[in-house]
Amino acid sequence: MGSGEELHDVRLTVNGAARTGRVPARRLLSDFLRHDLRLTGTHVGCEHGVCGACTILLDGVPVRSCLMLAVSADGSDITTVEGLCGPDGTLSPVQQAFTECHGLQCGFCTPGFLIVITAGLRVVPHPTEEQAREMVGGNLCRCTGYQNIVASVLRAAEIAHERSAGRP
Amino acid sequence: MTSMFGASVYRVEDDRLIRGRGAYLDDLGEDALAAAFVRSPHAHALVTGVDVGGALDVAGLVAIYTYEDLPDRLAEPLPLLIPHPALTHGRTPYPLANGEVNHVGEPVVMVVATDRYLAEDAAGQIIVSYQPLPPVVGIEDARKAAHLVHSDVPGNLAANAVQERGNTAAAIAAAPHVLELDLDIERSASTPLEGRGVLASWDQQSGRLRMWTSTQTSTGVRAAVAAKLGLALSDIDVITPDVGGGFGVKIVHPWPEEVLVPWAARLLGRPVKFTEDRREHFIASAHERAQQHHVTVGFDDNGRITGLDVRFWHDNGAYVPYGLIVPIVTSTQLLGPYKPDAYRVEFDSLYTNTVLVTPYRGAGRPHGCFVMERTMDAIAASLGLDRTVVRERNFIQPEEMPYDQGLIFQDGRPLIYDSGDYPALLAKLKDLIGWDEFTAFRETARKQGRRVGIGLACYVEGTGVGPYEGGHVVVETSGKVKVATGLTSQGQGHQTILAQLVADELGVPMGDVEVVTGDTRRFGYAVGTFASRTAVMSGSAVTLAARKAKEKALRVAAEALEVSASDLEIVGGMVGVKGDPDSRIGLGTVAVLSNPLRYAFDEAAKAATQFAGRGDVTKPPVGQDDEPGIEGRAYFSPVRSTFASGMHAAIVETDPDTAEITILRYCVVHDCGRLINPRIVEGQIHGGVAQGVGGALYERMAYDEAGQLVNASFMDFLMPYVSEVPARIEIDHLETPSPLNPLGIKGAGEAGVIPGAAVLASAIEDAEGIPVRSMPMSPSDLFELRRKHGQETAS
Repeated sequence: MGSGEELHDVRLTVNGAARTGRVPARRLLSDFLRHDLRLTGTHVGCEHGVCGACTILLDGVPVRSCLMLAVSADGSDITTVEGLCGPDGTLSPVQQAFTECHGLQCGFCTPGFLIVITAGLRVVPHPTEEQAREMVGGNLCRCTGYQNIVASVLRAAEIAHERSAGRP
Repeated sequence: MTSMFGASVYRVEDDRLIRGRGAYLDDLGEDALAAAFVRSPHAHALVTGVDVGGALDVAGLVAIYTYEDLPDRLAEPLPLLIPHPALTHGRTPYPLANGEVNHVGEPVVMVVATDRYLAEDAAGQIIVSYQPLPPVVGIEDARKAAHLVHSDVPGNLAANAVQERGNTAAAIAAAPHVLELDLDIERSASTPLEGRGVLASWDQQSGRLRMWTSTQTSTGVRAAVAAKLGLALSDIDVITPDVGGGFGVKIVHPWPEEVLVPWAARLLGRPVKFTEDRREHFIASAHERAQQHHVTVGFDDNGRITGLDVRFWHDNGAYVPYGLIVPIVTSTQLLGPYKPDAYRVEFDSLYTNTVLVTPYRGAGRPHGCFVMERTMDAIAASLGLDRTVVRERNFIQPEEMPYDQGLIFQDGRPLIYDSGDYPALLAKLKDLIGWDEFTAFRETARKQGRRVGIGLACYVEGTGVGPYEGGHVVVETSGKVKVATGLTSQGQGHQTILAQLVADELGVPMGDVEVVTGDTRRFGYAVGTFASRTAVMSGSAVTLAARKAKEKALRVAAEALEVSASDLEIVGGMVGVKGDPDSRIGLGTVAVLSNPLRYAFDEAAKAATQFAGRGDVTKPPVGQDDEPGIEGRAYFSPVRSTFASGMHAAIVETDPDTAEITILRYCVVHDCGRLINPRIVEGQIHGGVAQGVGGALYERMAYDEAGQLVNASFMDFLMPYVSEVPARIEIDHLETPSPLNPLGIKGAGEAGVIPGAAVLASAIEDAEGIPVRSMPMSPSDLFELRRKHGQETAS
């Protein structure tokens, strides 16, 4: 960067792989993921923590990567949208459900939704419609009116159930 | 093979996007320099000095540009995109402020640095001196004209326009009943999740510019940049990558950044990128919706409108690059499905020291619908008639189609409705929401101490506006089909629906069809994505292009199979004699045969080479009017727009104590002609309804008297989350085909948003028994409305 700023080492696991970087203290985790690690699936919609497009899993918990510094993530285990599908490329139940239910239009907010639903279904594997709405209640979408996102949550739970029944 | 038309197939766009493999603007150009802008903190001021001294020591700084640095045509104001005879005082901004700023957020200095953090560091060290001038904020200020936005624009009046059909004054004077209403709508904005962004790269060797921009019109940007930078169109490629929503705001072009970034890239010989942040999107892109209207309506004892006079004032913000489209659309589409005997509309388009106003989904229609539907409800209330009855009595009847409203529409052509069945739509709506059963529900609720109301609103939407779109279809020797159209996509599913149409027309599996939009390298003639026009315009164009490709394929196959082309069909990508499964050859083989070769590039290509023994040696290998390849190129240019229509009904509950407004039911009946992909159409309606609800109950741009936008963040601008949108949007369709295009379709993109404010105003008024004359309506607004109404009733 050549800015003369003091740089700090960051070592973390992203989507199962060990990654390292040297960043200024002020570098946002979202920018580190997107521009340093080139994982551009995580999107930045507001940079003030309201829209949720930048949501990632940090040690299994959904976190807004625009509200966190990369240096604070040192030593953590991160999952981004790129890490949701199986090693063979199989779509995760949530990804599959978004396709089936037309849960996305422009796709910009989608990674954040996929992440929060993935985390949500681990806690509430069989959500009611009300619980599904609650699960996505902190993320903004300007395209879908949320109808098919809520449907996707319910369908994702079904798919996960079908898969676990089919593959013990 | 079953038809793809009408099938709710999964979107072909989705796989990349759900894997995080989308390529939005800021995902590109990792090696690019970053641009940041110093923007005006004042709504209105003279720029008296720019001191860049403090920025020069910032590490990573590459360049700083002010207005004085801009050469030639870059130093001129940006184009006025849509001139109009009534727009007598059109003003557009300079790419960087030229001595004066007219809204908070107007760019004054451009900084280029090696990364965005450093560009912003440098921007933060630049000191701009201003001499503040009195700002003009809001329509009332603009009309008073105590101060002027532009010193050479008297009365802050950009335009005054009048249209009239019949003698409205006489009709109103003679009417048995007359009502007057004042109706206001506030500002909102498109607010896509991805803001604006542009990346440009100059190739010194070839002297060519390549740019990527998050736009609704690649070809528009290309033409504008070519003009500003003095380049040939053919020396510029404009590519629209994945776009994170547009909703109108990205049809404006060129933005200042869209000419400055490529200019800097050429000057510096390095790629430059600008990615807008959220605050910038609020204060430096565009808003819409703010209008005040005064209605005078004359009607008979049955509620039939004999004369309608609408005078309105449109806040166009600081500049009018997009001309008068929004108020023209309001003034024409206001009539909806109705036919007043006489109609007069007059508007003033007024400058204010606020962000410029350009189309946001619906583009003037939500305001027009609000005005017309509030008027209908007022007529019903004054005559003691059911609101649906008054509407029925004013409907244009199906047998009256095509119906000439006697006005000029936004495309400069007569406002003639092509088709529609409004009585049938209303019958469906009443059925869907249970209009006739609502009285009983209200009684039950009342006994429980609950306050509920029902409302409805009707609209007609001119869609598929011209002048044209084109399509190109080519069959590869692999049998795969590549399709290109020039307009752009912002998430509507264009690649899917256009692939459905081409698959049907050519007789190939949809999976073999790949569609590219918004890339001038692939298709250079286009207008853009707006006015719900892609399905109608590009859908028709690619269909016609595929038809040409098919004709060619059949002709080439007929020669190869030594049969008549009329005996051939294409099924599943195979060409063969109808009813003879043994005669089939793949479309890819036909593509090989269509291109006489000297050189074989693979085994299949041998069949087309010069010693393969094909063809008549007395004739040229490519006939005089023929071309090699299986390709089709076609343009669709309809005589005028096609008119979709719809009606919404809602049931709301208002809290007697807190004035909270809850939507209990939201029903939509919609007629966009034949549906290409019902799931995608319903997705468009869902999104539109959510924006309609947002505009009706939550969203407003809150400017203070100094012209500061005080809610310029997602924290403060209340864009709906899932909790603010009806849990279930109930939808029914009517399909009245359009006679104006080969597919019988009408646009669907904007429909959902149009009646939002109107239908919820109707329902709130019904619940409260208090006239609702302005939207949006927050609980605080309703509380205040109750208080005022109580005072008025008491006195």
